[in-house]
Amino acid sequence: MTPLLRIIDLHKSFGELVVLDGISLDVERGQKVSIIGPSGSGKTTLLRCINYLEKPTSGHIHIDGTLIGEKEVGGRFVHLSDRELAKERAGIGFVFQRFNLFPHLTALGNVTIAPQKVLGLSHDQAEARAREMLQKVGLGHKIDQYPERLSGGQQQRVAIARVLAMQPKLMLFDEATSALDPELIGEVLRVMRQLAEEGSTMVIVTHEIQFAGEVSDWVIFMDHGKIVEQGPPAQVLFDPQQPRTREFLKHIQDR
Amino acid sequence: MTFWQFLHAKGWYLLSTLIGGWPQTAIVALGSLVFALIFGLAVALLRLSPWRVLSWLAVAYIEFFRGTPALVQLFVIYFGMPDIGLSPTPLEAAIVGLGLNGAAYLAEIYRAGIESIHRGQLEAALSLGMTPLKAMQHIVLPQALRTMLPPITSFAIVLLKDTAIVFSVGVVEIMALARNLVTETLHSAAVYLIAGTIYLCMTIPMARLAARLERQRQAWH
Ligand SMILES: Nc1ncnc2c1ncn2[C@@H]1O[C@H](COP(=O)(O)OP(=O)(O)O)[C@@H](O)[C@H]1O
Ligand SMILES: [Mg+2]
Repeated sequence: MTPLLRIIDLHKSFGELVVLDGISLDVERGQKVSIIGPSGSGKTTLLRCINYLEKPTSGHIHIDGTLIGEKEVGGRFVHLSDRELAKERAGIGFVFQRFNLFPHLTALGNVTIAPQKVLGLSHDQAEARAREMLQKVGLGHKIDQYPERLSGGQQQRVAIARVLAMQPKLMLFDEATSALDPELIGEVLRVMRQLAEEGSTMVIVTHEIQFAGEVSDWVIFMDHGKIVEQGPPAQVLFDPQQPRTREFLKHIQDR
Repeated sequence: MTFWQFLHAKGWYLLSTLIGGWPQTAIVALGSLVFALIFGLAVALLRLSPWRVLSWLAVAYIEFFRGTPALVQLFVIYFGMPDIGLSPTPLEAAIVGLGLNGAAYLAEIYRAGIESIHRGQLEAALSLGMTPLKAMQHIVLPQALRTMLPPITSFAIVLLKDTAIVFSVGVVEIMALARNLVTETLHSAAVYLIAGTIYLCMTIPMARLAARLERQRQAWH
């Protein structure tokens, strides 16, 4: 069977700046892959390329065997139309570092809008699903609140519920807890851990080493746009082979 | 007759005659406002579109209509269109002329409003599977509207005042009637002052509305 996510020799530059320098990666269904690495190493850009918020300079991404953001026509790769691209993105959940909740909508509105406008669910269906998802992230009592009235941890959990309501095949987490006060990190990690246990396929960029060790099947250490080291968490996190990985882990534990 | 004697004797007659032009003024103002609101949004979206040619066309449009006098544009439409086989009525020419002109200003108001919304909002909407147009419609524009309402109201005030030039293509609105009255009575000051007062009665409430919207803009709810 093909892997759920296959990244083939991905390169991305912003002008002269090479940010991704040949990333290849397979993620199987139900697998949890954590990506660690210093700031500026290209982790966010990698996630953004996976759902085509960023156009790769070269290389290809397949999800479920389908090319992302482009298609092959007569042996040449052409970009997808807005509509085709949107359809692909609907199957990929993205949890942003800064939540990006819609401030003009309540928690419930944030979670119902995409199922209604993208999947075409009726108002009632979308609302039932949204309530279920908000319950799941422990916010059943906050559904009528606007984002500005919620704590950072609650906002991020609404953002996760918003993604879950789309029933994505794959979920991408970009430092989901980095913008949170320390005492709010736990509630978000708890939700993510629960999703992991339920068998979701997740790619998680994080600085929470202990969390990565507990939930991941595979850990990737990136630096300067390259995968420097990868393997099971026991190796990469607790017995790293590469000096740069060791240095990074030491640096992060000293914080 | 002095100014005051004249006003005393004929004031009511002047006022009631001029108010007779109000419906035409209102039709031109409203018609061109609706035209500009819709067309201006299209111009703004083109302006922001990733296709260079489209965005360049929108810029050219905006520059042209903001950089030439509205009166000239009106004349081109009313006196020039017959050359290409279209003969708009005075009312049509006025609405289209002021509408096209207004769209250029509104396009810039829309653009500023859209650009004031953090990029993360658009990206979140896209990542949920919305097309860029859906993201605009459901996520970006509803938020931008709050920022845009006060300048849009100010724009509507300017537009209303600008309708005072459409007598020049033959619309019988307040200014046209005022000019007739001046010819008839030879008392320009009184006539134009009353005409001005009628405009004020419309613009002052609008300005107060704009101020209130501006104050409400501060908080979300
Ligand atoms: N849109 C962009 N334009 C120019 N440079 C960018 C852009 N996005 C990211 N970069 C640069 O790419 C590099 C990698 O960024 P990023 O992927 O955010 O790294 P990380 O998430 O690992 O901290 C950084 O040097 C950043 O400044
Ligand atoms: Mg990052």
